[in-house]
Amino acid sequence: MRYVNHEAVVKKMNKRLMVNGIFKTIFFAATLFALLVLGVLFYRIISQGVSYLTPEFFQNFGSRVPEKAGIKAALIGSIWLMCVVAPVSIILGVGTAIYLEEYATKNKLNDFIRMNISNLAGVPSVVFGLLGLTIFVRALALGNSILAAGFTMSLLILPVIIVGAQEAIRAVPQDVREASYGMGATKWQTIINIVLPSAIPGILTGAILALSRAVGETAPLVVIGIPVIVHFLPDNLLSQFTALPMQIYDWAKRPQEAFQYVASAGILVLMGFLLIMNSIAIFIRNKFSKRY
Amino acid sequence: MGSSCYSFLAFGKGGFTVGQKAEKLSVQELIQKSSGKKQKKLIEKMIPIILLLIASVSVLTTFGIVGTLIVETVIFFNDVKITDFLFGTEWYPFGNTEQLFGILPLVAGTLKVTGIAVVVAVPFGIASAIFLSEYATDKTRRIIKPILEVLAGVPTIVYGFFALTFVTPLLQQFIPGLKIFNALSPGIVVGVMILPMIASLSEDAMSSVPNSIREGALAMGSTKLEVALRVVLPAALSGIMASVVLAVSRAIGETMIVSLAGGSTPKFDLDVTESIQTMTAYIVQVSSGDAGYGTTIYYSIYAVGFTLFLFTLLMNYLAHVISKKYREEY
Repeated sequence: MRYVNHEAVVKKMNKRLMVNGIFKTIFFAATLFALLVLGVLFYRIISQGVSYLTPEFFQNFGSRVPEKAGIKAALIGSIWLMCVVAPVSIILGVGTAIYLEEYATKNKLNDFIRMNISNLAGVPSVVFGLLGLTIFVRALALGNSILAAGFTMSLLILPVIIVGAQEAIRAVPQDVREASYGMGATKWQTIINIVLPSAIPGILTGAILALSRAVGETAPLVVIGIPVIVHFLPDNLLSQFTALPMQIYDWAKRPQEAFQYVASAGILVLMGFLLIMNSIAIFIRNKFSKRY
Repeated sequence: MGSSCYSFLAFGKGGFTVGQKAEKLSVQELIQKSSGKKQKKLIEKMIPIILLLIASVSVLTTFGIVGTLIVETVIFFNDVKITDFLFGTEWYPFGNTEQLFGILPLVAGTLKVTGIAVVVAVPFGIASAIFLSEYATDKTRRIIKPILEVLAGVPTIVYGFFALTFVTPLLQQFIPGLKIFNALSPGIVVGVMILPMIASLSEDAMSSVPNSIREGALAMGSTKLEVALRVVLPAALSGIMASVVLAVSRAIGETMIVSLAGGSTPKFDLDVTESIQTMTAYIVQVSSGDAGYGTTIYYSIYAVGFTLFLFTLLMNYLAHVISKKYREEY
């Protein structure tokens, strides 16, 4: 008497394998969905925007006439904004990361700082805009200037930079620190001469990625009241200015169809800006990162 | 000031002496000498304090956010009754004779968009995560993961433009009654925006399930699908759930997509084909218009912002609890 029906087992097994194959295809298709969307998005924007991407587009200020609209003020404004955000956020972020990784002992205050940073990372950007509006624009009377926007953006990306820098510092092996102490170096000497130089590629990579988030962020700029139609270039940190995403937002909102193409061209400039920043980050990561 | 000048002089003098008599001193004496330098000691003492001050900026930011929101919201509640705000079903702040500030229509708008986003992002995100973690070869993974990162790095203003100029017209061909501004199109696009987040966080959770468990199940004759669905998925469930909750929090706080494609007519219903307004879009609408400083409308953006902040805080806390409480330890 046979306890196992060979045919039934084979049949069942084949069915299970077939289900496995079907689901594998489904999972693969789901993954392709994301790639497809990305492809369509890029195709649309490039095909719409490329004809407006002329040299005049970079030389003109904003305009009511689509053909004369240019991105000069926004592009220069975004570069100015980065000149504030980069030093402020990197100094604050790296300082915090060094404190948390090298100095902070396990106590309530430091636990609170850590928890606070992870909470801050989850606060919507529009709420940071409200903070900037109240504190920087009104209370400190900076107006809707580069400085006010720069401070707001710095606080927005601060958690990202801190976490990135913490990981980079943590990746420096303990042995190297011990060796430095063994040579008689003090804690600060070890940090500044040994830990930071090895961690800097990682810190910079993380910081540039965070900065590229700040370049594309629109909501806080709208909330702190950055103007969209600016016919001059900023000349100091307290100047009014406009930025790439603000300009794109304004064009995208306009009802005339031609402005859709202008907006696409603006998006291409923005994406080009981001591409350059990300390439620098990847370059730094590949060129300078040390492996222990 | 005085003490630092003094220590600078002492340092100069000390360095000079060491340089002159270097051969005559033993190593031990050198160490003692150098560790006695006052400036160095001062630096070693000051640095942690300076760094702590820098670290406290992030704490101050949180206090700043909470403080601002509370103070301005309290002023808002001088003009508007708190019960009207919380339970009112009409949001009509721009009326000439009567202003109505009931938050429920804005909350409904936010939840409609978030709901659609979740319906899009969760199946696709988790399916992608399963594919990447259980089926894909290393080579495929190395191609697909950076593309997902690119998708996550696209600025939301670009997504908003895409929703308004591509997704909405596309949907209108299938749904004739669909308005230019609606909840469906921004919902789908917000779903695409949070998809990479769910996919990559869930993949991390699945990849951290130890291989021995997979191999055990495979040795029992399971197919890859059975391993994925009955072994890996349950083991990684807390991480997956946390990723979904975090993504929901992102969707709730998303601003530009809904501002561009969602419209500006808050309604307290479940219709996704009509123009809506979310909490975030309202804040943008008021601040890009000319609401005078000090008016009730001006303070209302803080009350709405506070509500939004509480929503996201709750979600982030929930994600934290889920990943802490239900994590399986191996």
